[in-house]
Amino acid sequence: MLSLEGIGHVFGMERVIDRVSLRVAPGESVCLVGPSGCGKTTLLRIAAGLVEPTEGRVNDGFRRSAMVFQEGRLLPWRRLLDNIALGLKAMGVPRRERLVRARALAAELGLADRHDHFPHELSGGMQQRVALARALAVEADCLLLDEPFSALDVGMRSEAQALLLDLLARRGIAALMVTHDLTEALRLGHRVVVLSPAPGRIVHEERVTRPFAERDTAFLFEAAGALLRHPAVAESFLFQSREVTA
Amino acid sequence: MKRSLPARGVETLLGWGGSLTGVLLFVALWEWGSLAYGSFLLPGPRDALAALARLWQEGEAAAAVWATTWRAMLGFAAAALVGTALGILAGLSRTLGRALEPMSTVLLGIPPIAWIVLAILWFGSGSLATVYTVMATTLPVSFAGAQMGALTLDRRLREMADVFRVPPLMRLVDIHLPHIVSYVFPALVTALGVAWKVAVMAELFATEDGIGAGLAIARVNLDTAAAMAWIVLVVALLLAAEHGLLRPLQRRMEPWRQAGRGGH
Repeated sequence: MLSLEGIGHVFGMERVIDRVSLRVAPGESVCLVGPSGCGKTTLLRIAAGLVEPTEGRVNDGFRRSAMVFQEGRLLPWRRLLDNIALGLKAMGVPRRERLVRARALAAELGLADRHDHFPHELSGGMQQRVALARALAVEADCLLLDEPFSALDVGMRSEAQALLLDLLARRGIAALMVTHDLTEALRLGHRVVVLSPAPGRIVHEERVTRPFAERDTAFLFEAAGALLRHPAVAESFLFQSREVTA
Repeated sequence: MKRSLPARGVETLLGWGGSLTGVLLFVALWEWGSLAYGSFLLPGPRDALAALARLWQEGEAAAAVWATTWRAMLGFAAAALVGTALGILAGLSRTLGRALEPMSTVLLGIPPIAWIVLAILWFGSGSLATVYTVMATTLPVSFAGAQMGALTLDRRLREMADVFRVPPLMRLVDIHLPHIVSYVFPALVTALGVAWKVAVMAELFATEDGIGAGLAIARVNLDTAAAMAWIVLVVALLLAAEHGLLRPLQRRMEPWRQAGRGGH
């Protein structure tokens, strides 16, 4: 279980997060949505332990949590398998064994014929799959995902989302995912948590009960519409009077 | 992009053809200049080659090449090691960077000829003065390259390393060094060229042997053909060192920089 309790964060003079409490249970997928600049990425980095929050506490009860970044963040000078095995190398797993495990993951994520490629030789979608494989390689039971598919085009994004859902379900991995796309959140989350514009507060929480397999496009748009009928959500998404900073 | 083998072959040939045209054009201009000004002021390419052959047969050329090479290489290696190490430290620590940067600027501003005078005064005539001059002039170049590399380390990769709990030594070897190397190598290629030229210049004043000393003797004897022969030799050495040593080394160490295999 990952729990954030009363998290507040101040950058310089500006408050970016205001008293956010959140829990992610084992195997549960929680999607954080909100407009640009609402502090959701900062919240994720706080959850990952990369940033010390100004207020509140983080309790990470998972065995291992790993982060998947928006832009892959692969090492440009390492080949695909070595990039996947990075976390294993950091753990001191011998080279032979970590390559065996990296190869198995590459096969599972459809990267089997690209073992010796450098990141710049891969498409954006493949790079993101490598980043995902790298997080899975350390046997994370909780993934923290920061808009992992926002750089992909529509078709690739849908494919990547399906792959992620499949991996989460098959391995029983929990996920806390940040996105600015309501339909993406509704497709991937057991729960959707909506943040307000900065300073970010939780303004709405929605449990999505329909099974993942039955969440087709029609459902997603209908659910997004229903969600936007809540005044607080609408205010977060539709009426942004203030200047938006990324 | 993938092209058929014959197409690539033709392209390579055309590339070589282009370079060859350039070289031939240069030789033709040289020959023309020699005809126009007479072989005393500007001996033609054939005279220079003949002089080179003579120097080679007398064993003078090989000895001079060896002497100049080890001096240039020793100074270059020392400057590369010290400059890179200091540059990395200066890039990682702001304070040290601020302290060292003006020094590097001053060193860079001192003309090599001034270094030679100082070196002869300090160390007397001889190899040491040459080696020192080479080191003093190439040190700021490798320093600047390494500092730039260390300054531009990717904060986002560092954060990624935090997430995967990468231990310090692995962080240095796998994440920081490859990036720094990509900055240091071009700087070293530049420094190598400078090293050779400065070594020859220092030898002109400070030593009894080496290519620079050969040039000095050619000057005394008013032997322009021999001077040309020495120049040809220096250029050949420099090209051999760059394309025979540094570039292949860079290709080996940085395969990730080469053109893609078409990964889509």
